[in-house]
Parts: sequence; C-alpha cells; structure tokens
Amino acid sequence: MVHGAEWTTKELFTYPNEYIYWTIQIVMYPLMTGFVAGAFVLSSLYHVFGQKDIKDLAKFSLVFSFALLIVAPMPLLFHLQQPQRNTEVFFTPHFTSAIAAFGMVYLIYMMIVAAEVWFVYRKHFVEQAIALIGKGGLINFVNRLIFNLLTLGAYDIGEQAVHKDEKLIKVLAGIGIPVAFFLHGYAGFIFGSVKANALWTTPLMPIIFIMSAVVSGVALCMVTYIVIMEWKKFRAKKKHEDQVSVEIKGAEVDVIRKTSKYLIAAMIAAMTLEMLDLVFRGYTAMKSWDILRSVIYGKDFFNIFVLQYLCGNLIPFILLLIPGLTIRRAVIATLLVLLGVFMMRWNVVIGGQAFSNSYAGYMHYSMPIIPHNLEAFKEGAAGALVIAILPFVFFWFFNKFAPSLKFKRDNNE
Amino acid sequence: MKSHVWRPLWVAIGLVVVILIARSFVVPSDFGVGDRGFMYSYHRKSNLNEWKAFKVKYRTKEYCKDCHEDKYKSNMASKHKVIQCENCHGPAIEHPENPEKLIVDKSRELCIRCHAYLPYASSMRSKIKGINPVEHNPDDGCSACHDPHNPDI
Amino acid sequence: MTRRGFIITIVKGAALAALPAGALKVLSPSEVMAAIKETPVLWGFVVDTYKCVGCGLCVKACKQENEIPLEVPVSRTWVERYIILKDGRVLIDSPHAGANGFTSQKVNNIEVNPENIAKAFFVPKLCNQCENPPCVQVCPVGATYKTTDGVILIDRKWCIGCGYCIQSCPYGARFFNPILRVAEKCTFCYHRISQGMKTACVDACPFGARQIGNLKDRNDPVTKIIQNERVSVLKDAFGTKPQVYYIGMDENVR
Repeated sequence: MVHGAEWTTKELFTYPNEYIYWTIQIVMYPLMTGFVAGAFVLSSLYHVFGQKDIKDLAKFSLVFSFALLIVAPMPLLFHLQQPQRNTEVFFTPHFTSAIAAFGMVYLIYMMIVAAEVWFVYRKHFVEQAIALIGKGGLINFVNRLIFNLLTLGAYDIGEQAVHKDEKLIKVLAGIGIPVAFFLHGYAGFIFGSVKANALWTTPLMPIIFIMSAVVSGVALCMVTYIVIMEWKKFRAKKKHEDQVSVEIKGAEVDVIRKTSKYLIAAMIAAMTLEMLDLVFRGYTAMKSWDILRSVIYGKDFFNIFVLQYLCGNLIPFILLLIPGLTIRRAVIATLLVLLGVFMMRWNVVIGGQAFSNSYAGYMHYSMPIIPHNLEAFKEGAAGALVIAILPFVFFWFFNKFAPSLKFKRDNNE
Repeated sequence: MKSHVWRPLWVAIGLVVVILIARSFVVPSDFGVGDRGFMYSYHRKSNLNEWKAFKVKYRTKEYCKDCHEDKYKSNMASKHKVIQCENCHGPAIEHPENPEKLIVDKSRELCIRCHAYLPYASSMRSKIKGINPVEHNPDDGCSACHDPHNPDI
Repeated sequence: MTRRGFIITIVKGAALAALPAGALKVLSPSEVMAAIKETPVLWGFVVDTYKCVGCGLCVKACKQENEIPLEVPVSRTWVERYIILKDGRVLIDSPHAGANGFTSQKVNNIEVNPENIAKAFFVPKLCNQCENPPCVQVCPVGATYKTTDGVILIDRKWCIGCGYCIQSCPYGARFFNPILRVAEKCTFCYHRISQGMKTACVDACPFGARQIGNLKDRNDPVTKIIQNERVSVLKDAFGTKPQVYYIGMDENVR
C-alpha cells in the first residue's frame, strides 16, 4: 500500500502523489526538541543568570532536559521509511539540508548538556563511588562500577576542584543557551525553508519555534516538578512526617510563582510572533492565501482558534495572571499550555499538509488509534504515546545516578 | 591541561573519532561531490550506472517489425499507425524468450481511452471518432466489429 | 597602545577578515558552476497540451517500464483534466493518476453539462528535472542528486525515507515507492535515454504530445520548439527553473 494512504482522506483536486507523509511523529519531534530547549533555558536561568529562587527547579530541569534530549531524535527514527539507515545522517551529512544539520547540532548539544550534568554531579559520583567501596552484593558492585565510570577517573573533590566545576557549569550553561536555541531554531528552519509549502515557508518560523519551545519547556518542567513533589509529599504524609510535607509545599509555591513569570513572558513573545505571522499573511494575501484562509478559518478553525489559542494560550494566560497563584491553578494552566503547544505543532505540521500544493484541494489526517500494523503503530497514537512516556522513563533512570529532586534543602550547596 | 575539567572534552573527541572510524567503514569509497557541486551532486557515484542498468521493457515498433512484418505493414497503413504495438500487446521486454507470449489487451477499457467521446472542443479529444461507451453496444468487445489493426471498417 | 602593537593588531584583524572571504571564494556557486564540465547533453522535455487527449497510455507505460504497480494511485507521471465552466468555476481531476485514461464526462463523480463548458483540456505532468531542484538541496544524506546531463536521480540503496524531498517539491512529483519504501520520482527513463531510446511515455504517446530532447543540440526538435515557440513552465515563481516546457498552458493549470 502507498505510504500515507492509511490515514489520508483527499478532497477535491490533489496531485496523485500527494499524501500526508509527515504525521504525528513529526508533530512529536519539534515538541520534544522544544521541551529540551525550554527545559535547558530554565535551568540556565539559575546556572548563568543566578536566579537563586528557582534553584530546585533548575537542577531538576537540567537532568530532565538530558532525558528529553535522548528521546528527541526518536520520533524521526519512528517516521523514517528506512530506519536502519539512520546513521547516514552522521556519516554523509548534506549541509544544505536542515535535517542533516540535526546530526551535528544534536551531537554538539548533547555533549554540552552531558558535560554540564557531569560537572554538576561529579562530586556526587565521587562520593557515591567512595561510599560503595567495600560493600558486598552484585547490585553494589554494578553501581560502584557505574559510578566509577561516571567519574571519568577524576576523584578530586577538593574545594579548588569543585570551584572549577562550578565555573565550568556556568560556561557550559552559557554556551548551551545559544546552542539550544539553534537546535530548536533549525527544527523551525526545517519547516520554514520548505518553499513548496505555503503554510510553512516564513522566516519567522525558527523564532516562533524557539519562543514556543521556551513556553513548552518551562510549562513541562513546572508540571512535572509539581507532580513529583506532590507525590513525594503524599508519600511523606502517609508516613506521618508532617513537618517535611509542610516544608515541601512552602518551597513549591515560591518556585512555581517565580517560574510562572518567565512562562508568561515567553507566552507573550510566542503569541505576538504567531499573530504577526497570521496578520502578515492575511494582509499581503499572496496567491496561497485563498487556500490558507479556508484552512485556517475553516477546516482547522477548532484546532487553531479554540484548542490552540483559546484553551492553550488565552485561558492559561489569564489563570497565571490572576494574583495569588496556587499550585492547583498552576497545574491546570501549565497543562493547558502544553495542550496549546502540542496543538501549535499539530497545526503547523498537519495543517501544512491539509491542503494540496495545487491549492485546489484538501487532505485530512485521521490518526490511527489502534495499532493494527507496524505503520499504524509507528505513525499513530500508540507510537506518539511511546515517545511521550519515554522521557519520564529515562528521567527516572537518570535520577538514580544523578538525583535532582531532593525534598530537603541541602545545606552544603 | 592536567586539570580534570577537560575530561568531558576527551570523551567528546573520542566519540567523534569513533564516528569517523565507523564512517570510513560504512560509507562507500565512491561517495563524493560530482560535477554539479556539493549542493546538487553529493552522492554515491556508482548509483548512476545502477540506473543505466535498469531493465528496458518497452521496445517500440522497431523491435516488432522484423518478425511480425505483415502485422506491422497493415498497422502502418491504417489510422492506428500512431499507436505503438506494445500499447495493446504489452511490453515486449525480451520477447520471444521472455515472455514467450504477450498478453493482448482486448478490453473495451483500452479502446475507450481514446474513443469515449468527450465534448471538449478545445482539446484534440473531440476530434477523435468517439462513442458513448454506456450506450454503444455496452456488452460487446470492440474487436467483435472493429479490427484494431485496420480500424476503418 | 604602542605603534608596533597597533600594526600587529591591524595585521591580525586583516588576516582574520580575509579568512572567511577566502573560504567563501572556494565555495562560491558561480565557481562551482564554472567548474562543471561542458557536456554535450542536457535533457529537456516538451509537453504539447493541445495534442494530449487524455488516453493515459503514457502513465500505463511509465508504470510498467519503471515497475510502479498499476493499482496504486501514485505515479511518476500523471495526466490532469481541467474543465473550466462558463461561470468561471474550475473542475480538476486525475483519477488514478490518469493511468486508465479519461473515459467519463463525470468529474469527481459529478456530471458536467457540456453546455456549461467554456474550455477543457488535459495536462500531462512529470518531474520537471529542475535546474535548481529543492528536493536535492534538502536531502540530508546525499541520496538524491543531479547528473551532469541534467536528470535528478535517487539512490535507492542510500535513501533513508525521511520524506523531506517529497515535501519540498512544489509539483508533487515525488512519492514513496510502495514496494521499495524509498523516495521515487520520474528519471526521464534514464536507462532508456542513456542508450539512445526515448522515454517510455514519449514512445507510448500516439499523438506526439510528449517529446524529449537534448537542449545542448541546436538542431534537436525539442530545442527548436523551446527556442522558436511560445512555451512556459510550471510554477516559475519558486525559482526552480524547470526543464519541462509546456505549449498551450492555461492560467488555470496548477
């Protein structure tokens, strides 16, 4: 069967070869890289710009950003028709292609984040490796091996060495911000540079993607942080450690209120750019505007104006702006923001293929829900769910070695 | 340079070296920039010959005329001389070895590709003698009355 | 700052400024173009839309020649039907890429009254083998390229199937090969033209609506048509510089 015929319905005239070739996985891909970039920026607010009041969240964001980073290329892998050939992107990169740039930028960025994580947790690795010396059992042995490996042979945790670490963290976080922006900016460029697609082709695309990346990353870190902390508090309460739980809650609201201010600022920037794009398209009314208008104000009206702008932007914006932000309100708002960002990616990727390049017909994507064959799994709801869950699995795993969530404040840091 | 802060860099360089070594094994030696520069011809050069070696299936009338001279002549004298033998008889490939016999398409669907009348004055289509395939002896094959090699009858 | 230090700074600055300029010069497109060896062949195509009757034999031949299953709706070449009604409405269809021809007056299952037709015609389409192919530009792995004689080919053993080239083609010429699962497109029947034959679609067309020729040869019939007659290309605003030229193009053609 023709690739794409599974989920594409055509209307009026489309070229015979046109199908929706980029599906849910290409929605997940900018979503994931966006989360990476946003989470990293959030952590850099503390590491570079010294915003001490979000320290807890920043530490968590860094490790979480690394977990997201591992998952970021997976949607691409899922959607390839020849996934076994994926290494060619590294081996024979073609630098006039935005996807080829991915290989390079991704590797560089991963090294930067990994190095930063290493510098942050080096002391911890050494301490653990030393603490495990002489303890019996297979698990301890394996753990000691891993921790020894993680130290990369650098066991000096004297004051001078740790001071050097801190300096390097600052440098790496500083370099990381532009690279994170670049990583996601080029994801926007992948779409923005496709001149054949009337909806995608705009120089604003990379900046729009970067701004919405910051929005999504901050929102995801906030909501994940809240959920994990609330879970810990819940567990603590069960054990009748009331004093601890009170302390957690106090710390949370402060952090969340502070972070929500950054979220609001990023949302304003993202909304402004998206509106500028829309207004500009309508005002200049190029040849493609007729079909774009019929998609934006007609076929995709609910997706764009109700789900993305109303539910995903306006309502959370108001929720966050009302004074006296509570944890519950923050959760609702950030979840809505995440919906909004997801819908933004959806409306760009799927919306861009909702009309024919002939401007004389439409295509509709019906996402396969039941994975009745490999293709329907890979490019359907199930595949997307796998991608959505994986970062949390990786984070849970990384957290075993690089604990980023402590519910008691460390005094020595 | 003795400081521990360089260790991640060594790891990074190690990774790059690994990729470069793997690359030298995986990438074919003829991969490179061709005549049209990096943007338009960065490719595996031997692919060009792979395309040249693709099997030809349609051979045109020149291939048929020597063995099937009588049919060729009668066809060339008719209005259907513009039509290639293989349009109805199927691609010759290596006929008569492979396939030994060609399967002739005698269906109405083939004939009405041109002879179903369409009222398009601005197109050559309306200049071809046409019928309404729904009304014109819908149950019969066209060759029951018309000889495709000499269609004037 | 001492005089010596100042001079050293200037020299360093100049060297630094010269570096990117030098790097740029090596990669400048004009130099690359000049480096292209003069070849005696550059393939070009002419489609005469006045002659096309919509029989679809070209599509059928193409599919069989290039091993694209007849039953799939995707195709390397296809034929579109345009019906412009007197009230200005435009009806377009290309059922099954036109592989079975156009045998019914119905367009998209809707009966059209011949009285209302202002003009109607067929437009064969194929890969334009652009001079500036956006599909080649975006391939992340160098799996598609332009040959010296102007044909764009896909390396079926190297394509990773990301679909970026399909997205970047304004003409909808590319698709995924349903069997091999790699990007697929018209190759001007490279295996035929490189051994002196015409493309399968040119050979199959009874009416001479399609022609292929060498644009470097001034006496080639195709070159003569392009030079002496009024021809146009599809979607020239994209700057792709197509090498498929059309006679009798209508403004409604997409």
